[in-house]
Amino acid sequence: MNLFGRLTLTALEHGFVESIGAGVVVLGAVCTLALLLYFKKFGWLWREYITSLDAKKIGIMYLVLAAAMGLRGFIDALMMRGEQATAVGGPGFLPPDHFAQIFTAHGVIMIFFVAMPFMFGLLNLMVPLQIGARDVAFPFINSLSYWLTVMGAMLVNLSLVAGSFAATGWLAYPPLSELQYSPGVGVDYYIWALQIAGIGSLLGGINFLVTIIKMRAPGMKLMRMPIFVWTALGSMSLVVFAFPVLTVTLALLTLDRTIGTHFFTTDLGGNVMMYVNLIWAWGHPEVYILILPAFGIFSELVPVFSQKRLFGYTSMVIATLLIVFLSFMVWVHHFFTMGAGADVNAFFGIMTMVISIPTGVKIFNWLFTMFRGRIVFKTPMLWFMGFLFSFTIGGVTGVLMSIPGADFMLHNSLFLVAHFHNMIIGGVVFGFFAGVSYWFPKIFGFMLNEKLGKLVFWLWIVGFATAFLPLYALGIMGMTRRLDYVDPASGWHALLIVAGIGACIIGLAILAQIYQFYVSIRDRKLHPAGDDPWNGRTLEWAVSSPPPEYNFATIPHISERDPLWYNPDLKKIVHEKSAPIEMPEHTAMGFCIAIAAFLLGFGMIWQMWWLALLGLVAAVLLVIVYSFIDHAHA
Amino acid sequence: MFQLLMPAGLVALSERALILHALLLMMIVVVPLFILAIVIAWRYRASNTKAAYTPDWEHSPMEELIWWVIPLEIILVLGALTWTSTHQLDPYKPLDSQVKPLPVEVIALNWKWLFIYPTLGVATVNELDIPVNTPVTFAITSDAPMNSFFIPRLGGQIYAMTGMSTETHLEATETGTFMGMSANYSGDGFAGMQFKTNALSQSDFNAWLVEAKHSPLILTQSSYTMLASPSQNAPVTIYGNVAKGLYNSIINKFMTSASTTPSNNDDMAGMSM
Repeated sequence: MNLFGRLTLTALEHGFVESIGAGVVVLGAVCTLALLLYFKKFGWLWREYITSLDAKKIGIMYLVLAAAMGLRGFIDALMMRGEQATAVGGPGFLPPDHFAQIFTAHGVIMIFFVAMPFMFGLLNLMVPLQIGARDVAFPFINSLSYWLTVMGAMLVNLSLVAGSFAATGWLAYPPLSELQYSPGVGVDYYIWALQIAGIGSLLGGINFLVTIIKMRAPGMKLMRMPIFVWTALGSMSLVVFAFPVLTVTLALLTLDRTIGTHFFTTDLGGNVMMYVNLIWAWGHPEVYILILPAFGIFSELVPVFSQKRLFGYTSMVIATLLIVFLSFMVWVHHFFTMGAGADVNAFFGIMTMVISIPTGVKIFNWLFTMFRGRIVFKTPMLWFMGFLFSFTIGGVTGVLMSIPGADFMLHNSLFLVAHFHNMIIGGVVFGFFAGVSYWFPKIFGFMLNEKLGKLVFWLWIVGFATAFLPLYALGIMGMTRRLDYVDPASGWHALLIVAGIGACIIGLAILAQIYQFYVSIRDRKLHPAGDDPWNGRTLEWAVSSPPPEYNFATIPHISERDPLWYNPDLKKIVHEKSAPIEMPEHTAMGFCIAIAAFLLGFGMIWQMWWLALLGLVAAVLLVIVYSFIDHAHA
Repeated sequence: MFQLLMPAGLVALSERALILHALLLMMIVVVPLFILAIVIAWRYRASNTKAAYTPDWEHSPMEELIWWVIPLEIILVLGALTWTSTHQLDPYKPLDSQVKPLPVEVIALNWKWLFIYPTLGVATVNELDIPVNTPVTFAITSDAPMNSFFIPRLGGQIYAMTGMSTETHLEATETGTFMGMSANYSGDGFAGMQFKTNALSQSDFNAWLVEAKHSPLILTQSSYTMLASPSQNAPVTIYGNVAKGLYNSIINKFMTSASTTPSNNDDMAGMSM
């Protein structure tokens, strides 16, 4: 048996463009390490962040991960747009296999390593503060969740250097993802990156579910919770139900690929459509896992910037719970073209449309929160307006495709691609951007530059419209997705160039965003945030900015919704120390267990069985060891 | 250009009508919503101190009822439309026609399309010729990763899956050449998996058939195996004769251990570790 399994030096050989990608990854890692050592910041990073169990620190690290991976995913997007804008009549600057790896990696990264960490970051930062808790229910598991997510992301990046990534599309449908058609390590990288990150998400889901149910301040009944907490509760229940499905599906695919079972193979009774059903039974709820917290963020900031109570709180709660319930009943709409009977397709089509009812109610409730308010159009509110239009357009095209007869024409076309970017960018990402611009002063203690924030917003809106509206037209023109070149006779080329320009404008928006952070950090002394810069309504604005590690010196008693708006005394109460405060001890255990999981994944990918076994044993042992450590400090 | 808006077939025509009707219905909610959003945002901006301000107004049963009910009604109408249209446009449902349908068997290969005309005894690669105003019954399978069989100007797509047979019925209502393609990613040569669909007048189709039958190429089990091995941008090929039962044998081979790559022996494929 070979010590290195399938790993040989040929794994490091790449084509020209891939080599640049590999170079960037290696250079980035080396530079980060060199900078840390040069500024002697490694100890600080280790003590203050890597080993920290403080939910706010972990939240910030989640955001950093999302930003870093977002840049990678965006570069993938630029390459795809570049390829389709230039390749006419034959392959362009990317070989077909590399193009396929890029669109696969783009989807995987944007969902698992941008949107998910972005969401968990905001939850970590705000859920404990909003419910009046000092931390999450299981601080150590929180750290472990984060580091497992990081290790998944690292596996994806490592595939640029050693070996290759899956070239199957982001959900890796078999039989393309089976050994028969994908014998290399690409799909194994995919499986183990998602498997490790997925366990992290599941643990995070359990953690926040328990936190919200058990850790609320006295007096904060369910119907007094901020809507962001409600949507987090809905989202986390979905995580708990949906992620085990992903884990099992990927495990079955692993068995097919490593020990020769036939769950999803084409032969010997394997059923590829079973995989497609299972992966979407996770995949559709996943969309709602991401969008619900974005809804929650808007429900927080629309009242604040309209200086008025949220309209229809009860309606919002009912709508949220309905969406949670319905999101498990629509998965077949992702493959009406499988050829199921008309009854099945019609059922799933109608269930899909039904979701638009509670969603529509939410939109009307936000509008009527603004009605007879005093609306201040700060950056977060601009993001809401952008969301309103983008998300509604995405909703319309989504309902359109939920009609099977229409879907037969639009499925797998660029119309579909435009639709889900309308939902994920115009819905989820705009929501999270709104959340960052709204809560940044609380987290870091100083204001973001407002002028640059508005510039970022407008660049995004223009870039987004230029990049994605042409895709709707291209879909109507019959262009399907994932083509690495187009036929000159098709007439698609001009609009693909427009879409490419749109992607560049989004690139400018990202640069402007980075510049905004730079300017705001440079001028931080000039623009301190104070405890409550927006005249907030919920608990997080009572504590200082940034909040102390323990959040609340005294846990307040809550007697109504919008507690801060009606009881400004809370601002004093939460600062007064009464009883000793016990906080969890920092520990490197989460980081170490995640490293062990990384070794397990890497060993499985390259079939270095001894390494996989070592990683597995180490992870289990470390969990056992940690459970014997007393881990609280006063 | 806008292929979905230029139907040349019965099914595509109904599907275009469905798309446009559904869009119009949704505009009943969306247009007022957008106008309302702009008006409210403008009128209640903080600088307009003349506008009414009711900071504690948070609930109104009547209004909330209205926006639960309006979307509900639209969805009721859309739902009814969905139920009827889904049954009417069920790809498995034969088309209403006096003309006897022409059966065509479609096999997605890496990376080309094979069309077998079982009743005519000919077969083509990467080109589909059909008579106009005649329903065509497609039986579809794959001897490669999953693909999706799609001729936008004639009607909607359906998956081509290994070891399974799906079905769709299309009819061209005008002569012409229409683009056909795979709509589901299947690997390196996917972008080249396109074929021309020639909808010919009955006499032109008969002439084409006579010519096709003159082709010296014969599609047998062994020439099929050659054809099925992966290749990109395969040229249009016409087989003058086809072995009987080829389509079913392609599906049935997956009932046991199977492989599409001819270099692998059958007994190796199941455990190709």
